[in-house]
Amino acid sequence: MTTATTFVGSSVKRVEDPEFITGSGTYLDDIKLPGMAHMAILHSPHAHARIRGIDTSKAQQHPGVLAVFTGKDTAGINPLPCAWQAGGVENHVNTPHVLASDEVRYVGDAVAVVVAEDPYTARDALELIEVDYEPLPAVVDPEKATQEGAPQLHENAPNNVCMRWTAGNQEATDRAFEQAEVVVKQRLVNQRLIPTAMETRGAIGSYNPGTGEFTIWMTSQAPHVMKLLLAAFVLNVPENKIRCISPDVGGGFGSKIFCYADMALVAFASRQLGRPVKYVEDRTENYQWTTHGRDHVTYAEIAGTRDGRITGLRVRTYANLGAYLSTIAPGIPTTLYGRMVPGVYKIPATFVEVLGVYTDTAMVDAYRGAGRPEAAYLIERMVDLFAREVGMDPAEVRRRNFVPPNEFPHDNGVGMLPYDSGEYEKALNRALELSGYPEFRREQEEARRQGRLLGVGLSSYVEVCGVAPSAWIGLNGQGWGAGLWESANVRVHLTGKAVVTTGTSPHGQGHATTFAQLVADELGVPMEDVIVEHGDTQGTPFGFGTYGSRSLAVGGSAILRSTAKIREKARKLAAHMLEASEEDVVWENGRFTVRGSPESARTIPEIALAAATGYSLPEGMEPYLDETSYYDPPNCTFPFGTHVCMVEVDRDTGETRLVRYVAVDDVGNVINPMIVDGQLHGGIVQGVAQAMWEQGVYTEDGQLVTGSLMDYALPKASMLPNFELDRTVTPTNVNAMGAKGAGEAGTIAATPAVVNAVMDALAPLGIRHLDMPLAPEKVWHAIQERSASQKEER
Amino acid sequence: MIPAEFDYYAPTSVQEAIGLLQEKGPEAKLLAGGHSLVPLMKLRLAAPSVLIDLNRIAELRGIRSSDGGVAIGAMTTHSEVESSPELADRWPIFHVAGAMIGDPMVRHRGTIGGSLAHADPAGDWPAVALALDARMHIAGPNGERVVPAGEFFVDMLTSALEPDEVLTEIEIPALEGRVGMAYEKFRHPASGYAVVGVAAVVVTDGSGSCQDCRVAITGAGPKATRATGVEEALKGRPLDEQSISAAAERAGEGMAFLGDIYASEEYREHLTKVYTKRALLAAARSAQG
Repeated sequence: MTTATTFVGSSVKRVEDPEFITGSGTYLDDIKLPGMAHMAILHSPHAHARIRGIDTSKAQQHPGVLAVFTGKDTAGINPLPCAWQAGGVENHVNTPHVLASDEVRYVGDAVAVVVAEDPYTARDALELIEVDYEPLPAVVDPEKATQEGAPQLHENAPNNVCMRWTAGNQEATDRAFEQAEVVVKQRLVNQRLIPTAMETRGAIGSYNPGTGEFTIWMTSQAPHVMKLLLAAFVLNVPENKIRCISPDVGGGFGSKIFCYADMALVAFASRQLGRPVKYVEDRTENYQWTTHGRDHVTYAEIAGTRDGRITGLRVRTYANLGAYLSTIAPGIPTTLYGRMVPGVYKIPATFVEVLGVYTDTAMVDAYRGAGRPEAAYLIERMVDLFAREVGMDPAEVRRRNFVPPNEFPHDNGVGMLPYDSGEYEKALNRALELSGYPEFRREQEEARRQGRLLGVGLSSYVEVCGVAPSAWIGLNGQGWGAGLWESANVRVHLTGKAVVTTGTSPHGQGHATTFAQLVADELGVPMEDVIVEHGDTQGTPFGFGTYGSRSLAVGGSAILRSTAKIREKARKLAAHMLEASEEDVVWENGRFTVRGSPESARTIPEIALAAATGYSLPEGMEPYLDETSYYDPPNCTFPFGTHVCMVEVDRDTGETRLVRYVAVDDVGNVINPMIVDGQLHGGIVQGVAQAMWEQGVYTEDGQLVTGSLMDYALPKASMLPNFELDRTVTPTNVNAMGAKGAGEAGTIAATPAVVNAVMDALAPLGIRHLDMPLAPEKVWHAIQERSASQKEER
Repeated sequence: MIPAEFDYYAPTSVQEAIGLLQEKGPEAKLLAGGHSLVPLMKLRLAAPSVLIDLNRIAELRGIRSSDGGVAIGAMTTHSEVESSPELADRWPIFHVAGAMIGDPMVRHRGTIGGSLAHADPAGDWPAVALALDARMHIAGPNGERVVPAGEFFVDMLTSALEPDEVLTEIEIPALEGRVGMAYEKFRHPASGYAVVGVAAVVVTDGSGSCQDCRVAITGAGPKATRATGVEEALKGRPLDEQSISAAAERAGEGMAFLGDIYASEEYREHLTKVYTKRALLAAARSAQG
């Protein structure tokens, strides 16, 4: 590392923002190509129906319509791939065709497209397509879908079960429960959420008949992966004939990782018509057919001793995967959930069983946190219920069961990679101190005497990020059959400007800032001389994209490998320029100097000029400073922390007021504290929103009730308290920066902290558990019921 | 936004707008702030073939004194109403309720007249208009007529406006005596509209008892409604917690209630009572304060 660190560790303002906040960004819908036509998609209004026929004749005759396509026309396009076929899923894979031709299985399934001169005409013509549907019975609940007599979605998946996956030691776990002094059981519903990126999804296809090449612009978090999947699995086009470009992307939260039908459809339509074709979904479509998240029904049991030690954890989860498998759907409730359920605790015996279930709903895949929020919610709720059962303070029960700092790397017993490092008690202590936990408990006691319902909730979480070592994540039969390394190219141009190209693909995270901070320090140049390029498969090295809080831990490490190579070459060249021996040239204060004579120095820009002009190089040295690296991490990283939420519940209405929110997170070393805090703020908002407001709701026959922002309760700033953040710093040894990752931590931690707080507030009434969201009416009903029965008891 | 096709007109006078309404017939819709109509057009739940934009009619904007009271032009934005010092001084409920509408962007585009004319069952202004006994000035082919707020809200999304009429002004009459007013709202977590909103106006004498009061409820049912049972129960009584609680128990009498996934009919009925009590307590405090 450099001796003269300037930028790393400081809250440099985001270099991206002037463009974004002045409306000068280039999002997909800002791209207008000469001759571009517009595509609109007809979606099924039925949750489950047979298609008897489709009459497109009226739409085809509508003025301005260029073409109408149905599933018959697109029969040559393969179904979308499911790239992560986790254990047990092999025989039941059902993925969507780009257009359904015989059966639709959720409201939003695509059945036809119109391509027209303008988007208005395309949309008008959709209304002229006549589809003859024969409605079939539908099922939306993952537990009911597995029961006898439930409507069946796919012939190859009896009882709608697409996988049965287990982890841990069943025998030892059963024994732990047989011998337990205390067993606590709870059914937990982790409701469906709709990711709601501010920019909806879309794609533009442009086919060049002269070269046979496709260019596809897409709102993707992973353009290289899309290029690979579209070429090899969907379109059957040689990989060198597809270029994918993610322009500025306005949020994704996981929903933009995946391969979607519109990517293939715009490419197909462009080739058919010889014109570029654009598709941008509206919010209704975004809610209907872009992936959703969560949606688990879980039966959890925790075993322990009277003095608050956890001895066993048994989990059975019904994971709703929607009507078909999305790109990495099976990996979420298995590897990223099932293997994380023990959380921060040393649990001697854990057994997890997950059933992946098909239902007549939108596909469910990764949503911010992807499996880990579900795991953290499960264990943190169960630990609170256990604490209540044994009559101990929830902070104390957590303390007693934490994995101690001297036991890392830690094997959690359910097949997760070893946790890298952790000081769980330190973060808990800091959070209790910052929130004034003991004082609040006293205040709460006094308030309870007055009949007021005050509550405090804790959430001590650990998550897995910086995904992932290829040998582990790619493992056949469990993993996704590919790597998860990351790439970077760094070159220093003749004028001393450094250009970084990365295989990651930011969509709001601030990579252009964070990566420039890293590179500026490593090369001893000003930050504004570092340009970060991303998102275009032509011009960036292959990489897996941005998700799983991996871009810094894995992508940043690849960048540091490249800067190290540049520095090594530059040192040789500096020695040549300074006429010194290589051993005497040292890197000091951002430049190379000769040991003992600090006035003899060369900066990287000076060396880059020499390397680029190339007329005076050491023998055998190639011109230019230009280095590429592919970095495969030896392990994932495991950030952790404790969040504390304080609430007051209104007895009269069941409304919850968030009084305080304190978060102590440990994400290892921090490159840009402001960006990390921003990630935590956004993450906490989404986590709180699941606890309090958000829910994706279908009627029993599969109509999406929360189909717009008028019905889906996205949080607003005015609904939230000030967040009080602090950090502990426990560096990881997994990468050179000691950085773990911060993109999802807030979401993972916040949900159980809020629910635990509300349940704590309601404890005097004898209310044990309510499922999310903790809407006022639900809380009010519970208060009414308990108050009534308490009166009877008296 | 990709709505169905429509023709667009932007008249500069009320007379011109009425002429266009007569000429284009019932397929024409008036466009005010666009915060109810445009979302419906986006979803293609509304597809008017003609839009008549009222935004360029200067005479429909602004707040002026009128006969001891005040008159608010129908095209005055929520934000202008919310931040008007003249209104805040004598009718503070405009500031309180205005600040609870949507978000700042909505408040800078949406208009008080648009909101009232749309007669959204969960709009905030209908309750305020009822509680203040506002008089709706309406222009039509046969000149102007005035409809009291109590007769203006006919049913869900239906006002007393005829298809060829324009709401021009909302007149707020002067209030005599020691007056207190308040608006209390339970916000819908998704839309921000009122699940239940209660506007209360109380008039007291020196002794602290209620000389007069008006209570109006929005959000709970298909249209904004006066809670006359509550008003009767409180008149002549002291404005204290006991009589207010007793009176508020009559909130919701004779009302029909709506329900959705966030608040059932039963819950709205309950909230109506709780929020009526809260609004009356706040109004009583401000009258006595």
